Amino acid sequence: DNMFPKGTKRKFSDSGEEAVSSGDQGPAAPSAAARTLSSSYSLQRQSLLDMSLIKLQLCHMLVEPNLCRSVLIANTVRQIQEEMTQDGTWQIMTQALAAAQCPTDRLVATEVLCRQTDPAAQAGQSPKPYSVVGVEEGYHSEEVVMEGDVETDVTMSTLSPVSPQLSSASYLAGPFGMGPCWEEEEEDGECEEEEEEDSEECVSEGEEGDGDHLSADSRTGEQVFGTFEIKHPAPPPDPALEELFSDVDPSYYDLDTVLTGMQSAPKMGPYDLLDSLSSHGPTALSSSSSCRSDLNELDHIMEIIVGS
Amino acid sequence: MKLRHGSTLTHTVTATTLDSYKREHFESDIISTVEFNYSGELLATGDKGGRVVIFQHEQESKNRPHLRGEYNVYSTFQSHEPEFDYLKSLEIEEKINKIRWLPQQNAAHFLLSTNDKTIKLWKISERDKRAEGYNLKDEDGRLRDPFRITSLRVPVLMPMDLMVEASPRRIFANAHTYHINSISVNSDHETYLSADDLRINLWHLEITDRSFNIVDIKPANMEELTEVITAAECHPHQCNVFVYSSSKGTIRLCDMRAAALCDRHSKFFEEPEDPSSRSFFSEIISSISDVKFSHSGRYMMTRDYLSVKVWDLNMENRPVETYQVHEYLRSKLCSLYENDCIFDKFECCWNGSDSAIMTGSYNNFFRMFDRNTRRDITLEASRESSKPRATLKPRKVSTGGKRKKDEISVDSLDFNKKILHTAWHPKDNVIAVAATNNLYIFQDKIN
Repeated sequence: DNMFPKGTKRKFSDSGEEAVSSGDQGPAAPSAAARTLSSSYSLQRQSLLDMSLIKLQLCHMLVEPNLCRSVLIANTVRQIQEEMTQDGTWQIMTQALAAAQCPTDRLVATEVLCRQTDPAAQAGQSPKPYSVVGVEEGYHSEEVVMEGDVETDVTMSTLSPVSPQLSSASYLAGPFGMGPCWEEEEEDGECEEEEEEDSEECVSEGEEGDGDHLSADSRTGEQVFGTFEIKHPAPPPDPALEELFSDVDPSYYDLDTVLTGMQSAPKMGPYDLLDSLSSHGPTALSSSSSCRSDLNELDHIMEIIVGS
Repeated sequence: MKLRHGSTLTHTVTATTLDSYKREHFESDIISTVEFNYSGELLATGDKGGRVVIFQHEQESKNRPHLRGEYNVYSTFQSHEPEFDYLKSLEIEEKINKIRWLPQQNAAHFLLSTNDKTIKLWKISERDKRAEGYNLKDEDGRLRDPFRITSLRVPVLMPMDLMVEASPRRIFANAHTYHINSISVNSDHETYLSADDLRINLWHLEITDRSFNIVDIKPANMEELTEVITAAECHPHQCNVFVYSSSKGTIRLCDMRAAALCDRHSKFFEEPEDPSSRSFFSEIISSISDVKFSHSGRYMMTRDYLSVKVWDLNMENRPVETYQVHEYLRSKLCSLYENDCIFDKFECCWNGSDSAIMTGSYNNFFRMFDRNTRRDITLEASRESSKPRATLKPRKVSTGGKRKKDEISVDSLDFNKKILHTAWHPKDNVIAVAATNNLYIFQDKIN
C-alpha cells in the first residue's frame, strides 16, 4: 500500500534543501520574464529535471526501451530547459558546471544540453533545444556531459536525489537506451576554449541579480548536477563489413558497435558504469588526480571497441 | 446497473511451494490483452508469456435459467515465443500486445495475435469425430500387412471427445522496426492494419511477404523526434478510413483513397489546452493510450491518463463528452511520474449499443459511464471484494479531508493493481476485466 518507493517521497523544508515531491502546479511566478521565481518552484523544477535525466539513462539493455516513454520524458526535459533558459537559470547552471571542471585531461562538460558554437551565440540567443538522440541514425552526434564535483559559489538549488556515492558524478546517456562511448583527445581542445569563455561568462553572470533567489545551499559541495559528455566516434568505414551489412539498415550497425562495448555489463546503470571505470583506475573518479589514469584506461577500451 | 459476479477464472498455473517459481509464473501470467469475438461466444486473452487462452460461453443451463451461461476454457496455445534480435543484441518479448478476431466465415475461428514485432493469424478449429475402420492401418496406427487384408471396408466416423486445435496459418513478420502497439481488422475482412511507434502498415490477410506502409512519421533526423503513434484503428464500416492517436494527445483520421501514403490527415482532432492547468506533466497526461470507434461508426473514444473523451467524427476542435476517470490523481502526478505509473496505458471500450463506456484504474478499480444518464460507477475486481453470484458493491475514493466509512483514501490506493485491459460483450451486458493475472467476468443480473 505504499505508493511511493522508499526514499523518493520528499517534503518541502524551509532550508530549501529538498524539493517538493507532489504537485504539478503551474509556475508560481507569473511569467518567465519575471525574475522572481519562488524558491520552491525552482527546486521542484530542478528535481524534476534530475529525475527525468536519470529516467532516460536507466534503460535496461536487454529489451528495447519503450520509445513512447522515452520521447515523453525527453520532451519534459526540453520543456524544463526552455523555461530555465528563458528565466536565465539555464545559463547559470551550465556555466557553473563548466567552471568547476578538472583541467584538460578530464572529459569535459561543454554545453550540457544546449549547443552553442561561438560566444556570439551564447550572448543572447536561446540555445538549440535539447536534442534527443534516437537509437538509430543520430547516434553520431550523441553527447553526454560529465563533470566532477561542483565546487562553486554560484549556487545551484539542485538536489540530486541520489546517494552520496553517486553524487560524485552521474551521467546522461542517449535517451533511447544506448550506453555511452568514450573518447579522448578531441575533447581537450574544445575543453580549453570552453573553459575560458565560460569562466568569463561565469564571472559576469554571477554578478547579476538573478542569483539571489538561488540561495547558498550547505550541501552544494557534495552535490553534483552530473552529466557526462562523451562523443561517439564515427566507426571507420570497412569495405568488408559494409558489404556484409549492405542489406541491413546501417543504423543497426552503429548500435551494435555500442552494445558490443557494453556487452560485458548488460544491465549497467549510470552509476555502475562509474564503478567499472574506477575499478580500472586506482581511485574513484571523484578526485581529480585519478582522471589521468582513468583516461588512459578509457583510451585502451576505446581502441578495443573501435578497432585500430 | 447491478452486476453479478458470474465467474472468476484464474490465469495462473497451480501454485507451488517455491516462492521463486511462483513469482516467475506470476510474471508470465500477467494478462496483456482481452477481446470478445464478434458474436461474444468466445473471449480471448493474451498474456506476457506469449500464451493465448480462449474461453467459450456455455449455453444456459436448464437448472438455472435466470443466469447466463458461464465462460470456460476452450483452447490454450502458445502464440509467440521469446526471440533474440542478434543485430541489435536485444530480446524481443513474447508478450501478446493485442488480439483481434476475424469475422467468422465457416466452422473455424480465426484471430490475429501480435507481439512487438510479429503478427500471426491463428485458426482455431474443432474436431469431434474421427474415422475408424481403416483398411491399411490398425486402430492404433500400425500398418497392416497388405497380404493379410482379405476384405475392404468403409471407414466410419465415430464421435470422440471434443478437441480444439489451434494452428498458425500466416505469419506476418519483419515489417516493423519499432514496437507494434495496435492491430485492427478492416471492414472489408480482407485487410488489416498494424501500427508501431512510428509507422502503420496495411496487410492483406493472404499475403505475408509484403505490406503497404500507409503512415510514416519517422523524422529524417531522429533527434527531432517528439511524437509517436500510440494507437490505431480501422473504421467499422468504411474500409478506406482509419484513425491513429499520438503521444501529444491528437488524433488523425486518414482516408486511404486520398493517397498511397497517408501522412496528410483528412481530419485532425485536438482539444485546446486549458492554460490554467498547464504543468510539466501536461503533455504526458494528454498522451492517448487507446482509441476506439463506436459500433455505429459515428463517434470515437480516446483514453488519456486521467480521462476518457468521446469525439464526434464531424467535429475536430473538441470532444463532445469528457469523463474523469480518477481526477484525484492530478495532484499526485509528480509521484506518479517518479514511479512510472504516469506512463501506464489504459484501454477503454464501448458497450454493444454505444450507450456506455468502460475503462480501468488503479487498486483493481474500473469505471463505467452511462452516456445517457451521465451516471458513473466505480467497481472493484478482486477476490476479496466479490464472491461468486454476489452483486458488486460500488466503490468510492475519498478526495476531501473527511473520509466516509466505506471510502478509500487516495494514499491507500495500490498502484501495482492496475486494470489496463477490459472488454465488453458485443451484444449483452457481460464484461471481462483483467486484473494483473486474473480474469474476471461479470454479468448483468437478468430479472
